[in-house]
Amino acid sequence: MIEFVNVTKVYDNEVRALSNINISIDKGEFVFLVGPSGAGKSTLIKLLLKETEPSAGRLFFNNKDITKVRNRGVPTIRRKIGMVFQDFRLLPKKTVYENVAFAMRIIGAPNKEIRRQVPIILSMVGLSKKANSYPNQLSGGEQQRVSIARALVNNPSLIIADEPTGNLDPDTAWEIMKLLKEINNRGTTILMATHASEIVNSMKRRVIAVKNGQVIRDEQRGVYGDEF
Amino acid sequence: MDKLSEMNREVCTAMNFRNLSYMIKQGFVSMWKNRMMSFASVGSVTAALLILGVILLLILNINNIATVTQNQFDEVVVYLEEDVDQSDTERIGDAINEFDGILSVIYQSKEQALEIMKQNLGENGYLLEGLEEENPLPNSYVIQLKDLKYADDVVMRLEGLTGVEDIRYLKDVLDQLMTIANTVRLGGFIIIGFLILISIFIISNTIKLTVAARKREINIMKYVGATNGFIRGPFVVEGMLLGLIGAVISIAVVYFGYKYLFTVLNEELYVLFTVYLVPYYKIFQDITIIFVSIGVGIGVIGSVLSIRKFLKV
Repeated sequence: MIEFVNVTKVYDNEVRALSNINISIDKGEFVFLVGPSGAGKSTLIKLLLKETEPSAGRLFFNNKDITKVRNRGVPTIRRKIGMVFQDFRLLPKKTVYENVAFAMRIIGAPNKEIRRQVPIILSMVGLSKKANSYPNQLSGGEQQRVSIARALVNNPSLIIADEPTGNLDPDTAWEIMKLLKEINNRGTTILMATHASEIVNSMKRRVIAVKNGQVIRDEQRGVYGDEF
Repeated sequence: MDKLSEMNREVCTAMNFRNLSYMIKQGFVSMWKNRMMSFASVGSVTAALLILGVILLLILNINNIATVTQNQFDEVVVYLEEDVDQSDTERIGDAINEFDGILSVIYQSKEQALEIMKQNLGENGYLLEGLEEENPLPNSYVIQLKDLKYADDVVMRLEGLTGVEDIRYLKDVLDQLMTIANTVRLGGFIIIGFLILISIFIISNTIKLTVAARKREINIMKYVGATNGFIRGPFVVEGMLLGLIGAVISIAVVYFGYKYLFTVLNEELYVLFTVYLVPYYKIFQDITIIFVSIGVGIGVIGSVLSIRKFLKV
């Protein structure tokens, strides 16, 4: 469902972020993206989200060439991708329910559908009882669950998690991983950029390691490795 | 690719009424939150439009004077000296008829001239009663020109005739009027252009406050796949509202101010004078259309400028 074909990205300031990247990810996979800071992980994610354009090569998503998609086409792609961030990015003045509903509201979903869908997703992430709480009344793990709920609510085919456990203690991190695994088991593809070597090593999933803008390792049931 | 464009269409049609009410609500809310800056924005739009109003009224009135008196401009009046006798008068008339560019030459005796003057004064005609005995008006020829361009030539040749006391024609006045109109227009447009730029700047700064306060929200909206139009909506509505309020205030001030001035001039001065002024009820529609479109335009441009940077995610 995702295919990078000879993708190179050179930024305007002549920083070469990616060189000749070839990656292919199938539907339903759970992929860890590892590598040191500045290796090119963020650029890979930005390319998928169409925040930036590749300098060379082609990029496919859901069997469609999205290399050249611009402006009006970008929201369409983003609606198929759920984003989960390290810092949660919740709206502090909205309740848990409203934060999740917001994602549906801004793509113009009818109220009836919002009222039906949001409780289902909240119960899936185990937050039904916290629906009317505000983000500052929640623990870090709970906040990350809200952000996952928000990423899921529009039924994306891919979830990109950028260091989702970076701000969490190990126990909470594992709860989040359990949740992501569950979501993956229901068929959603997951791409997770992370520095958490323990998690990567014990999950035994596909690992793509990037360094200096190149894929240095891509293996099924991989490990975090010690290259960096 | 077909499927992709189909999805794009869905994105577009999702901009429905639900979204519209959301945008309008957000626009009002944030306008109230930054009421100090909103006040400044409305003030600057109002100031720009008020000055535009004054200049517009000046130009409209100058144009009006020009049209009202237009039929006098292709008319040259030759006043004859008091002691010119019948045959000399006829001789002068014949000479004028020979000139190029003459449409008609009509002799107007001093008695006729007085009668016409009385008619022009209408109700106030009694003021001229008693002048018949000692009529101060001269005999004259009223010359209609084929075109205004012959005026200079005809006047020059008239000056060469004997028995002519004075020549009156209004091309000079017209020229002056047009020079004034052009100066007012040019100066006005420069000042207005400047003021509009300032208004755009102030409005865009006002809306930047709202944008900055909702940076996080905009960021999330971008990642979830909101269209730029949807994100921009509330800010554009806010800008439009600011511009619209400024427009409504200045329409009211200009309209009622001019109405007052017009009424006062009508009462204080002779009715004759106000023929040259554009009646106040005739300007309302034009002023409304011009002010609302400029006010709303300023608001939209200001808001689009202020949010452009934040849409690049």
